[in-house]
Amino acid sequence: MTRLNDANQVLAREIIGRYPKARSATIPLLHVAQQQNGYITQEAIAHIAELVGATSAEVLGTCTFYEMFKMHPVGKYLINICTTMSCALMGAEQLVTHAEQRLGIKAGGTTPDGLFTLERVECQAACTEAPCLQANYRYRYRVNAAQLDQFLDDLAEGQLDAEIPAHGVVARVRQSIPVDRAVSVVAPDDVHEAPVWMPLSGTTA
Amino acid sequence: MSSYNWAPGFIDDGDRAQIVTSRFQYEDGHTLDRYLATGGYAGLKAALARTPTQVHEEVKAATLLGRGGAGFPAGTKWGLCPEGKWPRYLVVNGDESEPGTYKDRLLMERDPHQLIEGCLITCYAVGLSQCFLYVRGEMALAQERVAAALNEAYAAGYIGRNILGSKFSVDIVLHWGAGAYVVGEETALIESLEGNRGMPRLKPPFFPAAIGLYGKPTIVNNVETLANLPWLLTHSAAEYMAIGTPTSPGTRMIAVSGHVRRPGVFEIINGTTTFRDLLYGDEFCQGIRDDNELKAFVPGGGSAPWFLPDQLDLPFEAKLVGAAGSMLGSGAVMVMDETTDIPVAALTLARFYAHESCGKCVPCREGATWLERIMERLVDGHGTENDLDQLLEIGQTICPGPFPHAASERLGLAAVPFPFKMTTICFVGPSAYTPVHSAVTLFRSEFEARIVKRKLIPVSIGASDE
Repeated sequence: MTRLNDANQVLAREIIGRYPKARSATIPLLHVAQQQNGYITQEAIAHIAELVGATSAEVLGTCTFYEMFKMHPVGKYLINICTTMSCALMGAEQLVTHAEQRLGIKAGGTTPDGLFTLERVECQAACTEAPCLQANYRYRYRVNAAQLDQFLDDLAEGQLDAEIPAHGVVARVRQSIPVDRAVSVVAPDDVHEAPVWMPLSGTTA
Repeated sequence: MSSYNWAPGFIDDGDRAQIVTSRFQYEDGHTLDRYLATGGYAGLKAALARTPTQVHEEVKAATLLGRGGAGFPAGTKWGLCPEGKWPRYLVVNGDESEPGTYKDRLLMERDPHQLIEGCLITCYAVGLSQCFLYVRGEMALAQERVAAALNEAYAAGYIGRNILGSKFSVDIVLHWGAGAYVVGEETALIESLEGNRGMPRLKPPFFPAAIGLYGKPTIVNNVETLANLPWLLTHSAAEYMAIGTPTSPGTRMIAVSGHVRRPGVFEIINGTTTFRDLLYGDEFCQGIRDDNELKAFVPGGGSAPWFLPDQLDLPFEAKLVGAAGSMLGSGAVMVMDETTDIPVAALTLARFYAHESCGKCVPCREGATWLERIMERLVDGHGTENDLDQLLEIGQTICPGPFPHAASERLGLAAVPFPFKMTTICFVGPSAYTPVHSAVTLFRSEFEARIVKRKLIPVSIGASDE
């Protein structure tokens, strides 16, 4: 089953309902699909297109623009080592070389056991804690070679499962808007008046 | 110091005014309980007690400068919405990805309610009927913290229908990004939020306030900008203006990374703090690592032209930094000491922009890649003598005319002031050229040293003249 499953379809409809236009839910729904399958399948793209009222080609076009969406299976753990300036100044390239030797793959590759995919990535916004890496978007700071080895061991042994979910899961806490608190979402072209709390003239300072 | 294992980086040594980081001292600063116990949502209540116009006037009077990079005053931006055109939307730019920058991530992870309160005040003042909080995809913890805070705030009646019993109603929707630097540009952010590839829109219109999300008036503000509003409303524009200088009031969050003894994120006093204070001051970075000499530094994120030790005494004041040939940008300083291999350092940034060019404008799409390739072969020792001029020539196709750079006493070079002309829609193109131009202009000899001079060997074909 590589389309969205029943539970995720319910979630998808809830997410779509928050936007004045369904198309805006495209990226959040691609995240839902990646969370379900670990990567983005062609079937999921077709399904999302149906849900948001776009063509598969349009959803595919959006999908391929963004770094985080993977069009093919990747390892259970995506190890992203930052190699932009601040991390490079503090030895990121040596860390990448070490990771490549340790995992026996080149950056961009996946280990044969399907556990690790290694990527050389761009600034992850932890520049004072260089060199930094993310495993499935969870940070490790000021990483040296020995710490990287230990970290990869811990991941492989499942010791960090509570902190680092499998690839595809980004945030484990979701927004949920209570029905009794939500303001009704109106299509942009159906609104012609200033909101009720604004002065009648509708002017601002 | 108030850093925790899950969020290192922030340092609050010294006795300075704190506007946006006051709650960073609490490990539970992200919870509604802590927020309310430390004056949270008082700014919203203060706003609701006034008319929207009065709130807008207060923000205008404070000259609250945008913290995303361009430094445009928020109150003025809010005023650009055309009259009588509805609905209006708020899009919060939390897609922080400028090399060297991280302040928005800390603000979202450690004090998400402050940001939410800032969003609510903005929506109230400008009549915005829905708010979209766009958080960078790679920031998992920030997404979780903002989601949890939104859920708490909805349940407690701070967001949604008839907020705190008033006529004011607004929804705040958390939106996830998925990894694309260019989406930090406000029109690209809107494209992305509409479900498209995140490519910047053609200008004019120069501001989404005229035509933005779904073609409607839209205010796009940076996370740090909005985080200032709760303080501003519980205090006053006059108190805000009393911090910093009249043209750069308030505080700024600055991340200093690279070869300093104590890298960190600091909330500094705007306008008066100098780069020397920041790099060498006891309460800040405490000098260059290993007592090395400073070679160069990037003063405002990866897109900013580089500074030399000559510029250390400049304060964080946009006009002065602009005249000196660079910009304050997004509040990130990257420091290079004497051991730095300049061509390699510049290549890391050239590679970044070549990869992040969205491909819409030809000068950037082609130019950024050429710059990267030529830089690569120069670093690898395969460069030719023609390559340095070639780099500058490619730069001229992205930014015709004089390009800003710092003054150098060593080189006898005068500053070329900011900004530049550009042939691309957004700043990614010029940004690709910036590190290359700074490195080649200020450290040309380091490139020349890598160029293997190949002697032309005369070859004679056929009959010899002799």
